[in-house]
This record gives sequence, structure tokens and C-alpha cells, in this order.
Amino acid sequence: MKRTAFLIIGATAAFAAMATAGTIEPDNVEFDDYGAVAASLTGVAGDAASGRKLFANRKLGNCLACHQNDDYLEQSFHGEVGPPLNGVADRWSESELRGIVSNSKVTFEGTIMPSFYRTSGFYRNMEKFEGKPILSAQDVEDVIAYLLTLTE
Amino acid sequence: MIGSNLLRAASIATIASLAFGTTAANAQSLVINDEETMITQAPAAAHLENLDEVFSGWLFRTSETQTLQMDDFDNPGMIFVDQAIDQWDVVEGAAGKSCASCHEGGPAEFAGLRTVLPRWDEEAGGIQSMEDYINKCRTERMEADAWKWSASTMTAMTALIGLESRGMPVDVAIDGPASGAWELGKEIYYQRVGQLDMACANCHEDNYDTMIRADHLSQGQTNGFPAYRLKNAKLNSIHGRFKGCMKNIRATPFAEGSDEFRALELYVASRGNGLSVEGTSVRN
Ligand code: HEC
Ligand code: HEC
Repeated sequence: MKRTAFLIIGATAAFAAMATAGTIEPDNVEFDDYGAVAASLTGVAGDAASGRKLFANRKLGNCLACHQNDDYLEQSFHGEVGPPLNGVADRWSESELRGIVSNSKVTFEGTIMPSFYRTSGFYRNMEKFEGKPILSAQDVEDVIAYLLTLTE
Repeated sequence: MIGSNLLRAASIATIASLAFGTTAANAQSLVINDEETMITQAPAAAHLENLDEVFSGWLFRTSETQTLQMDDFDNPGMIFVDQAIDQWDVVEGAAGKSCASCHEGGPAEFAGLRTVLPRWDEEAGGIQSMEDYINKCRTERMEADAWKWSASTMTAMTALIGLESRGMPVDVAIDGPASGAWELGKEIYYQRVGQLDMACANCHEDNYDTMIRADHLSQGQTNGFPAYRLKNAKLNSIHGRFKGCMKNIRATPFAEGSDEFRALELYVASRGNGLSVEGTSVRN
């Protein structure tokens, strides 16, 4: 009995350590004066193919809801709330994109764009989303890797 | 994308003459049953600092959806109005009364009522919505059960009573004893909420007339309520719509019938002062 409990705790701890190794928590992300974030959130290179899927996923990135993107011709109904993201990698560096996706409010004061990697400062957040960012640290890296492919 | 480009081309082509241009076929004036012309565009009320003009949500819908509201035979919301006409005469509750027992002039007694609701009510000591008045009749005069805020019986009855004000401009009072609730409603309207961290104003004031995925954002006016939505095939209450918008931004909604939603209802209604009550609108 005692032994089993010990084993379970041990395994959980090891797993947690693995999952969070090198991951920067939302509250610890460091933005420069212009809103850019230099350090990778996970230390693991982003996967552009996964980022492309996240871009249109309505429950995750849902970026397409607000941004037109010519790389997504297979889906109709591109939003117009934000600027089109064609050629976005020609305009912004990797660090700047990491800042914009993590917490766009630092780069664009008062923007409607959600902060995808933030967990504090919300009002009347739904309980099930409390303490959780919209995208995980690796999701953010994947989205950035994808955005970096959008050149003109 | 292709769709979006078309939309853009259409709006650019029409921008000089028309405020809206989702498709060239979009109608600009709402005439119901070929005889009643609705005011769908009006100068903004003096209290609206950030808007010059206000627009009915009808203008932002596709021509197919617009058409459904132009004839009562095509308007699916009218089925529920018929149900409310039947309900009008139904005796319920310990007092042995129906609506008709007291309101002998029929629903026509309520011509104009929709335009001034919600309003400050001295006796209740707060803001009262149409749903409150209906339930007061049910519980106090009929001694029957209250209806739930968005029950189908309730939305149908608000539709029947609202129809008597069709075409009349919304004209809610925001001063005097109503001013406290109005200020609270305004605060809620501009307060960012939820994990997506947005306020009503971010979508309905800053970004109306743009596409958010497949939806053409309107000013979020309430003059068309209760609204028949093609999405859920029923009449939707104002508070129900507020709740839906809050959930979409992952915010914990206020309760239907809460003081917060009554205050928000008053504030949003006041943003639409001057627009016609549409009776029962059709939306997507
Ligand atoms: C609700 C709307 C909304 C959503 C959802 C949204 N954005 Fe944005 N985004 C904006 C707006 C608006 C701006 C322009 C900044 C401003 O002035 O507010 C912007 C700006 C940007 C920019 C800078 C673009 C440029 O060319 O200057 C990038 C990059 C960007 N967004 C990426 C994303 C990504 C990636 C996602 C999804 C993970 C996303 N956005 C989701 C509204 C949105
Ligand atoms: C993320 C964007 C967004 C936010 C934030 C938002 N809404 Fe909406 N709302 C919509 C969309 C999309 C629709 C359906 C299309 C339309 O009419 O704009 C809608 C519809 C409405 C309608 C129905 C309009 C009609 O004519 O049928 C009302 C009323 C409304 N919203 C009020 C509110 C209020 C009040 C808030 C804040 C509590 C709010 N909305 C927040 C996106 C939003």
C-alpha cells in the first residue's frame, strides 16, 4: 500500500519534471521594451506543420477567425478583424512574433487580439480555463515556426 | 480566402454609396409585408461618443437571411407568435385567470411598450425587462408559476407583445433613477472579460462591419429581439444572446434575469435608440 503510493508519486514527479523541463511559465515570459520575446518558451524547435493546423483550429489558435492568410486557400471565411498575415515573416522577426503570439497587448496596446500564452490578469474567466493559457508553450513555438514560413 | 477577396472587392466597389457591402445583393432597406418600413439606420444618440450612426443587425445579414424577415409568412419566428396568441387565452394558476382576463383589449394594449423597455420601475425599485412584467402577471395576478427567462413560452410571449411596437423607434430612458443601472451597463459593455479578454465594444463598436470568420459583425443591437436564429431554430432572448457572446469569449456569463444583465440590456438598448423595433427578427 505504502509502496504503491510512493511509486505513483515518484512516477508523477518524474513525468512532471520531463514535461516542464526548460518550459517558461506564462508569468515568467520576458518581453523587451517593444514586446519581443527572445528566448524559446520550451527550448524545443517549433514544428511548422503542427503550427499550420493550430492556426485554423477553432478551439486553439483560431487565427483565421481574424486574419486572412493566402496559405489557407482550402478554407473559406477568413477574418478581417486583424491584418492579413501574408508575408508576415518579412515584417517581423522570430522574437517579435513570439511576443505578439504570447501576449499581443505588449506589442499592440489595447488590441482585440487575445494573448495566447498568458494566465493572469483576466476578469470573469471561465473556471475551466483558469490558470491555463489558450496555447501551450510548445503550441506557441509551433505557431511561430509556421508564421516564419509566410514570406512573400 | 477567395470568398474573402470577393467580399473585399464588393465592399470596396460599394463603399462610397453604401455603408455595407457583403454582397452586391444585400438589401439596404427593410420593408415588411411590402408595407411597413423599418428604420434600420439612425443618427447615434448623444451619449454615444464613438459612433456617428447606428445600424440594425438586419443590415449585416446575407440576402437570404434578410429576405426571411421581409414577409411574415416566411419569417419562422411567427410560428411562435401564433403559439403566444393561443397562450394568451389559456387559464393557468390558482386565480383562474389568463392574460385575456385582465388585458381585455388584447396584446394591442401594449403598443409602444417594447420601445421603452427595460425601464426603471419605482415599485420594483430597479430596472425591469419585459420578462419581469410577464412573470409578475403570472405569479401575482394569475398565481401561476413564473416562466424561465428564456423558456419558449416566455420568448414567444415577448415576441407577441413586441410585435405591437413594430416599426416604432426604440426610446429607452437613461436618466433619472435609471442612470445608475445605465452606468453599470456601460461599464460591463466596455469591460474586457474571459480568457479571450474582450469587451462587447471590441467586436460591436470597434470592429462592426468586418468579418470574424464566417460572421459579419454587427453593432450588436437589440431592436430585433426576440430573434429567431437559424442556428438553433428558436426565438432567442436578449439575455440569452448576451450569455452566448460571453461564453464565446470564454467568460463566465452573468445569469439571465440578473441585475447585471438588466443593466446591460438597458445600456445596449440605449445604444439603439432611434432604430425600429422589428418585432421578431431573423438572424443566423
Ligand atoms: C480576435 C481577433 C484576433 C485573433 C483571434 C488573432 N489576431 Fe492577430 N491581430 C489582430 C489584430 C487586430 C492585429 C493588429 C494589431 C492591432 O493594431 O491591434 C493583429 C496582429 C497580428 C500580427 C502582426 C501582423 C502584422 O502584419 O503587423 C501577427 C503576426 C498576428 N496578429 C498573429 C496572430 C496569430 C498567429 C493568431 C492566432 C494564434 C492571431 N493573430 C489571432 C487580431 C487577432
Ligand atoms: C468575439 C466577438 C464578440 C464579442 C466580444 C461580443 N459579441 Fe455579440 N455577437 C458577435 C457575433 C459574431 C454576433 C452575430 C453577428 C452579429 O450580429 O454581429 C453577435 C451578435 C450579438 C447580438 C445580436 C445582434 C442582432 O442583431 O441579432 C447582440 C445583441 C450582441 N451580440 C451583444 C453583445 C454583448 C452585449 C456583448 C458583451 C457582453 C457581446 N455581444 C460581445 C460577436 C461578439
